[in-house]
Amino acid sequence: MRQRPTTMLIIVLILLAFSAWINFSESITIINPFNSTTLFQRDVATKLGLDLRGGLQALLEVPEGVTVTSEDLNTTKTILESRVNALGVSEVTMQIAPPRRIVAEFPGIDNPEEVVASVKQTGLLEFVDFGSTPLPDGTVIKTDQGSEGSATPADDTTTPAEERIYHTVMTGTLLQTVNVQPSASGGYEIAFSLKNEGATIFSDYTGANVGKFLAIVLDKKVISAPQIQTQISEGSGVITGSYTAESANAFAVQLRYGSLPVPVEVTESRTVGPTLGAESIRKSVLAGIIGLSVVILFMLFYYRLPGLIADLALLSYALFSMALFKLIPVVLTLPGIAGFILSIGMAVDANILIFERMKEELRSGKPLRQAIDLGWQRAWPSIRDSNLSTLITCLILYIFGSTFGASMVKGFAVTLAIGVLVSLFTAITVTRTYLHTVMDNIKSADHPRWFGL
Amino acid sequence: MNIIKNRYYYFLISFLVIIPGIIYMGIHWAQNPAEGPLPLGIDFTGGSLLEVQFENGVQPAAKDVTAIYNSFASDVNKIKDPIVQSLGTDSISVKSKAMDDATKGLIVAEMEKQFGTKAIVLNFTSVNPAVGQEVARAAAGAVGMAAIAILFYIWFAFRSIQHAFRYGTAAIIAMLHDVLVVLGIEAILGVTLGWEADSLFLTALLTVIGFSVHDTIVVFDRIRENLTIYRKVDFETVVNHSVVQTLDRSINTQLTVMFTLFAMVLFGGDTIKHFVIILLIGVFSGTFSSIFNASPILVVWENKEWRTWFKRTPITETNA
Repeated sequence: MRQRPTTMLIIVLILLAFSAWINFSESITIINPFNSTTLFQRDVATKLGLDLRGGLQALLEVPEGVTVTSEDLNTTKTILESRVNALGVSEVTMQIAPPRRIVAEFPGIDNPEEVVASVKQTGLLEFVDFGSTPLPDGTVIKTDQGSEGSATPADDTTTPAEERIYHTVMTGTLLQTVNVQPSASGGYEIAFSLKNEGATIFSDYTGANVGKFLAIVLDKKVISAPQIQTQISEGSGVITGSYTAESANAFAVQLRYGSLPVPVEVTESRTVGPTLGAESIRKSVLAGIIGLSVVILFMLFYYRLPGLIADLALLSYALFSMALFKLIPVVLTLPGIAGFILSIGMAVDANILIFERMKEELRSGKPLRQAIDLGWQRAWPSIRDSNLSTLITCLILYIFGSTFGASMVKGFAVTLAIGVLVSLFTAITVTRTYLHTVMDNIKSADHPRWFGL
Repeated sequence: MNIIKNRYYYFLISFLVIIPGIIYMGIHWAQNPAEGPLPLGIDFTGGSLLEVQFENGVQPAAKDVTAIYNSFASDVNKIKDPIVQSLGTDSISVKSKAMDDATKGLIVAEMEKQFGTKAIVLNFTSVNPAVGQEVARAAAGAVGMAAIAILFYIWFAFRSIQHAFRYGTAAIIAMLHDVLVVLGIEAILGVTLGWEADSLFLTALLTVIGFSVHDTIVVFDRIRENLTIYRKVDFETVVNHSVVQTLDRSINTQLTVMFTLFAMVLFGGDTIKHFVIILLIGVFSGTFSSIFNASPILVVWENKEWRTWFKRTPITETNA
């Protein structure tokens, strides 16, 4: 690394200008000067986490005992997204946390109860074997779909109805099309057709059970329990009932988009009110400014001229990091801000290591330029090894945070890791460049006090 | 300055800090066998925490809040007899067994009705017990994984010098020292002030692990370098020289990190105060252990001093 200091200084200054531009803009656009086309455009508004802006985070889980594939989770996620979008909630993010969880975040909502209720609705449509005894519409029953119990035989009359576990013949995932059509009686009915697989199951079952009852059950609630008149082999059928045009339509929409391949439960829910969030931002910004100021003063008093350079490097570090947070973008959470403020301390550490080494070289009588290079070279293995160990911890924290939707832990790991990487970068380039630029113009022997010697 | 010479006094200081913490952990474990050594928050035990602020300076009595919870309690949600605490002059925090958002909505509505003012939900968290236990297990796993990863990393980074494995082990012992200090102080604060370990505490603990090793590596790195320069000098002197050489750096880095953390304790708000105080203790312990534990352990190991520990003869000093 023997670049000319002037070249490096220019590169650093360009990076600084670019970072400042990002830090003070909401969105950036780079235009090709030759043909005026847009080369690069990005929204760089600061993204705030739920703990800072308020909102709801819910951890959704497929209950134990239900087999679930990654495809099931993907479908569930898509359906839930369209459901909450229909409620008018914007900026919803849903992330799959394998093997059986989805982390859902709803920023800035004021009706968490309603949102959770809509998410919890499974929209699970089942065709259930009732044997020869139908139950009235609206009865809540247990089925062997999504539970560990085994089905009670259909014609077991000794077990009371509310304790019986009914057998599910098939679920709504095998539906191909769902349509609303006027019925013969002047109302409306819902016609459905089945996928090939469903048609086979349906045909076999109805053929073997003519005269028995096959209930249509939504979210474990009986919608209707018609008697099987004949074998239905063409893979389509009709759900009849006292539907108006609206209720038939709503039901059809639910069947079409609403049916989740697996049931989900809300196992964790966190709501942060907007007032608490706003206060947290105000306080952590204040803490950050005060902490940074004290560090800057300390460095200046203890290390004098190099301290001033370290302070400039530190401010550059802060500008770079914040620009990266906005550019990537990193969602800032309260622990994330704490991680950033903490990494200020680590960024200073790299400078302190270099300066202590530099002072040793100066004391042993080396000329200034050589002392800078030697100090930097000797300090580098410490800086590298110690920061790598912090990065290893960050990685483990990040994996832990992602698995459990602990976005606070994840946010902390991300900002700390970025902080460590940027501080490595500033230690290598910025501090060194500034040092050379300043030192080229003075002689240390004339001013030993400038170096705290 | 001879730091290594007094190594057994520093080990004693460490024990004097760690032992009360271990006693408190034992006391808590004996009293709460299900929870383990630390008072755990709902992140790990499951349950719900509701923080509500009331307008017009209304501060309801704890028994009225309990009555509302009990009226909504059932065999399913088991939210009977919650723990109600006052926060400031117009807010309360209520801890109970896990409940869903719908129940929370009903309870808040009932509070508004009974206390005759608007209730603002500051914070509501509900964690299913099964998830909490799984998180607690994974947390222990994360700490273990971090320790093993770092052991191997140091072993690798110091592979070129003799007894590289010792450096990794000494760093891990220093790290365990810091973990024990943090756990112990958390247990003491938990039993005396009612602090509970939550996922932020875990984050703090993992950060302390990272920092502890960070500091230790800086000192070890200097030993690594000096061993190649002073080939004729005995090991103990080289280690002491390295510790003294890095002392300025250790103290100054410690100070800058302390400045930022103190700023967060004083001005950063209540949400992260617990988190930052634990970090502060852990970072301090990390610097202490890297100077006064990790490097002396290398010397103890080099001299195989454990052979003299249980003899009546005093330890012979070999310092130059």
